[in-house]
Amino acid sequence: MARLSATSLTCLRGPRLVFEGLGFSLNAGDALLLTGPNGSGKSSLLRLLAGLLSPLDGQIMANGHPISDDIEGHRATTAYLGHLDPVKSTLTVQENARFWATLLGLPDRVDVALATLNLTDLAALSGRVLSSGQRRRLSLTRLLLSPADLWLLDEPTVGLDTNAVATVEQMVADHRARGGVVILSTHVEFQLPGAKTLDLGDYTPAAFRSEAPV
Amino acid sequence: MTEFLAGFSAVLIRDLRLALRQSADLALVLGFFTIAASLFPFGVGPAPETLARIAPGVIWVLALLSVMLSLDRLFEQDLADGSLEQMVLTPRPLVLTVLAKALAHWLTTGLPLIAITPVIGILLNFPTAGYSTLLIGLALGTPSLSLIGAVGAALTLGARRAGLLIALLVLPLYIPILIFGVTAVDSVLTGFEARAHFLYLAAILVAAIPLAPLAAAAAVRHGVEG
Repeated sequence: MARLSATSLTCLRGPRLVFEGLGFSLNAGDALLLTGPNGSGKSSLLRLLAGLLSPLDGQIMANGHPISDDIEGHRATTAYLGHLDPVKSTLTVQENARFWATLLGLPDRVDVALATLNLTDLAALSGRVLSSGQRRRLSLTRLLLSPADLWLLDEPTVGLDTNAVATVEQMVADHRARGGVVILSTHVEFQLPGAKTLDLGDYTPAAFRSEAPV
Repeated sequence: MTEFLAGFSAVLIRDLRLALRQSADLALVLGFFTIAASLFPFGVGPAPETLARIAPGVIWVLALLSVMLSLDRLFEQDLADGSLEQMVLTPRPLVLTVLAKALAHWLTTGLPLIAITPVIGILLNFPTAGYSTLLIGLALGTPSLSLIGAVGAALTLGARRAGLLIALLVLPLYIPILIFGVTAVDSVLTGFEARAHFLYLAAILVAAIPLAPLAAAAAVRHGVEG
C-alpha cells in the first residue's frame, strides 16, 4: 500500500484552475521532486497534501485511506515547511525551537536538532538578530523535532549557503533511509538520488498554458 | 491528557513571554485606559457627584475598548510569520491552542486593567462602597471579553482594516457583559445585592470557555487556508 498517493487531483485558486488530473504514488523511502514554472502550482500541491487546502476534485490517500477521513492523524505524521519562517524575534533560538518541539512532540531533541543545523552557537541569541539563512535553518529544525514520516518541503533551501544545502540534503537522505517520504519543490540544484520527478507544467489546463490573461 | 497539557502550557508560556518582552503593547493598552478615563472630568465637568454617577459605566466601557484594541495581537503576528499555519498543522487540538492564547491575552490585558482600575476609580471619584463589586465584576467579565474577542480576531484574519472590523463584530457581543457589570455596581450602591449580576457574568464566562475557542479555531482554520 502506498504511503501517499494522489489521483486525478485538480486545484482551483481563485478564478484560476492551477492544475488538473495530477496523480502520483509514493512508498516508504521514496522522494518526489516537484518542478515547473512559477505559478504552475508547486506550493498549492504541497498545501493540498498538508491538508491546508482542499482539492476541487480528486483524492489524496495516505496509507490507503483518504486524508480527509483522519485529518488529525495525517497532520500528526506530516511535517510541512512553507515559504514563511515562523521565528519569533523576541524569543531566543533555543526558545523558538523548544516551543515547536513541545507542540510537535519531541522536546528532548532540541539540542540535537540545533547541532545538526549548526545553530548551537546561536542558541542564546534572540530571533531578531538572525540572518535570513539562519532563520531558515531554525525553521528546518522543525523537521527533526517532529515524529512525522512525511516531509513536504516548499523550496527548503532558499537563502541557504552551500554547506547548509548539503546539510539539508543529508537530512533528507537520512530521513529516506529510515523509511520516510519526502516531497520537495526547488528551483536550485538539490541532490535527491533516485527521486521521482513531477513536472507540474504538464498538468496545467490547456486554456491556461500560453500564459493567456485570465 | 498530559500531552494536551504540555501543548496548552507551551502556547501559554510562549504567548506570555512574547507579551512581556513586547511590553510596549501592554503599556499602550494601560495608557489608553488611563488617558481616556482622565478625559471625562474635562468633558463632563469636575463635579464630584456627576463623576461618581457615571464612573461605573465609564470604567466598564473603557475596559471593553482597551481589551478590544489589543485583540489584533492574538493572531495577526502569528499569521504574518507563518506560526499560525504551523500551529494548525501540529497534532495538538487547535481548540486548546486558541484557549491558551485567549488565556495569555487575558493575563496580559484584562488582569493589568483590573490592577489599575482602583487608580482610575480615584480619578473619577468612584464611590468607595462599590469597589469590591466593580473588581469582582471585572474579574468575571474580562475573561469573557478575551474569549469572545478571540472569535472576532480569528474571523477578521487577513482582512484589510482588521482592527475596525473587529470592533464592529465584537462590541455588540460585549453588550451583555457591560450591562451586568455596570448594573452590579449600581445595585450595590442603591442598597441591593449584586449576586444575581455576578451569576449572569459567570454564566457568560462558563459558556464562552468552551464555545468561543471552538468558533475561533474554526475561523483560524479558514483564515490560514488563503
